[in-house]
Amino acid sequence: MARMKFLCDDERCIECNACITACKNEHEVPWGVNRRRVVTIDDGQQGETSISVACMHCSDAPCAQVCPVDCFYTTEDGVVLHDKDLCIGCGYCFYACPFGAPQFPQDGAFGNRGKMDKCTYCAGGPEEDNSEAEFEKYGRNRLAEGKLPLCAEMCSTKALLAGDGDIISKLFSERVVKRQLSQEQQDPESRQVKLWGWKTAYKD
Amino acid sequence: MNRFILFLTALGFSSQSIADEHNIWRQIREGIGGYSAVTGQESNILIQASGSQWLYIRNELIAGTGAWLLALTVLALAGFFLIRGRVKLTEPRSGERIERWSRSERWLHFYTASLFILLAITGLSLLYGRSILIPWLGHDGFSRFADIAKIIHNYTGPLFTVGLVMMGMIWFQDNLFNKTDLTWFKQFGGLIGDKHPSAGRMNAGEKAWFWLLMIAGVLVSITGMNLDFPNLDQYRLIMQISHIIHSVSAFLLIIGALGHIYIGTIGTEGALQGMITGKVDKTWARQHHDLWYQQHENLTVQKNLSESKKNISTEQNNSGTQI
Ligand code: HEM
Ligand code: SF4
Ligand code: SF4
Repeated sequence: MARMKFLCDDERCIECNACITACKNEHEVPWGVNRRRVVTIDDGQQGETSISVACMHCSDAPCAQVCPVDCFYTTEDGVVLHDKDLCIGCGYCFYACPFGAPQFPQDGAFGNRGKMDKCTYCAGGPEEDNSEAEFEKYGRNRLAEGKLPLCAEMCSTKALLAGDGDIISKLFSERVVKRQLSQEQQDPESRQVKLWGWKTAYKD
Repeated sequence: MNRFILFLTALGFSSQSIADEHNIWRQIREGIGGYSAVTGQESNILIQASGSQWLYIRNELIAGTGAWLLALTVLALAGFFLIRGRVKLTEPRSGERIERWSRSERWLHFYTASLFILLAITGLSLLYGRSILIPWLGHDGFSRFADIAKIIHNYTGPLFTVGLVMMGMIWFQDNLFNKTDLTWFKQFGGLIGDKHPSAGRMNAGEKAWFWLLMIAGVLVSITGMNLDFPNLDQYRLIMQISHIIHSVSAFLLIIGALGHIYIGTIGTEGALQGMITGKVDKTWARQHHDLWYQQHENLTVQKNLSESKKNISTEQNNSGTQI
């Protein structure tokens, strides 16, 4: 069984924030809630690194372990989803999650944060696939339509990869090896294709 | 040769870049922050390192140890009741009753106590409901219950704090430790053995409970207030630490309260009556709080004396005007 994963190639992410815009638009995510974000380390310095991050759909998900009402479930594809009808908005998943994925729509005084919202891997929720109720609460269910998450699909540099974990990690490691080789290739006469990455880009 | 040097430098560069790469990932795992166009609580941090530690402390250490401690406390109290039984009055009741708790003290006591029980039940529901109540109520049923429990807990918390602070103010003087308390502790307050160690208005056991309540109660209140307002953009680490202190202090309070409730109800004849009606029998007062009883008697004698003096003088005045 495939386990769906996200992978972000920090050598390629150019911090264009298009994945975020795509996500917000596709799912009509409420104001103040961000299912995905791009973080730039050493911003403005040479060698800055940008990474796009959302829920990583963990195998042994900390959010699911801590939730007092046990509202998380993992689909056959390895996607971690939750049931908003059960969620009481306690915020514990946000404290446990390593990636800061869970988000809350309300201001939070007296602990009233509303129902937790997070990246669904474009796989909706427990409601019937592509129903109105599902869209209302969780956004579009692209997986049920045979499509991959929109953020990765439209990433212009293909920094953000989504799909079966085995396939995308193989893709990524091949990419890394090629990139490394073309970086070491100092001979200007060489016919070797240079695979694009920040380090190769800066070098040329 | 030239080519070889070139190769070496290239190798140097690439291993340097690999080292940089490792370095950045190590920093990210340790929770280094960057810049993010997305605003929100710590949205500029990729990985928070403390999340899984907090999860372990809550789910394993606090929930696990807490359950054992609660079970052991209940067992110990039940065992104690079976062996020692109720602490009875050793002499017959005198029939004369004196005031021990004023009306406002009694109101304050039961106000704070009811809120405490409400908070303990709703708080424990959040911690143990998943394992105990879901098999019973189902996911939907428990979610509805937990939703209400959370709301009750979050709103009554500050009201409990009000009661706690007022208790601290009115009972502070009575609960300062003194030399008598040492003997009281040495004789286990008469709970073990048949001695009746001396005590003032509060015995050393009550004082210990008072101070546990004050210290753990203040911790629970401060951390609870912090947990109550996640809209103030606190770092997650602050919330995690607050939660740990909150739960640990809550357990200390619950264990203390179980002992307190045991002693105040089935454990001691006549104690509960005192808190409900405000008055205790003189025999009870002499047995449990002899120094306070003595003081009370002395005071009444003095009061009676001065009152009769007053009466005499008013009588004289009256007679004076009559003439
Ligand atoms: C003094 C005021 C108090 C305040 C403001 C307060 C507030 C809170 C808040 C905000 C939470 C997090 C729950 C959530 O948001 O879903 C919480 C949890 C909890 N509280 Fe309190 N609380 C107070 C007093 C108490 C007392 C007196 C007890 C016990 C005697 C208690 C026991 C607990 C427990 C056991 C939890 C659950 C921890 C968990 O699920 O991991 N609290 N409290
Ligand atoms: S919300 Fe966080 S903890 Fe839960 S699966 Fe997603 S990344 Fe993992
Ligand atoms: S906020 Fe909702 S999903 Fe998150 S732990 Fe609390 S109840 Fe579960």
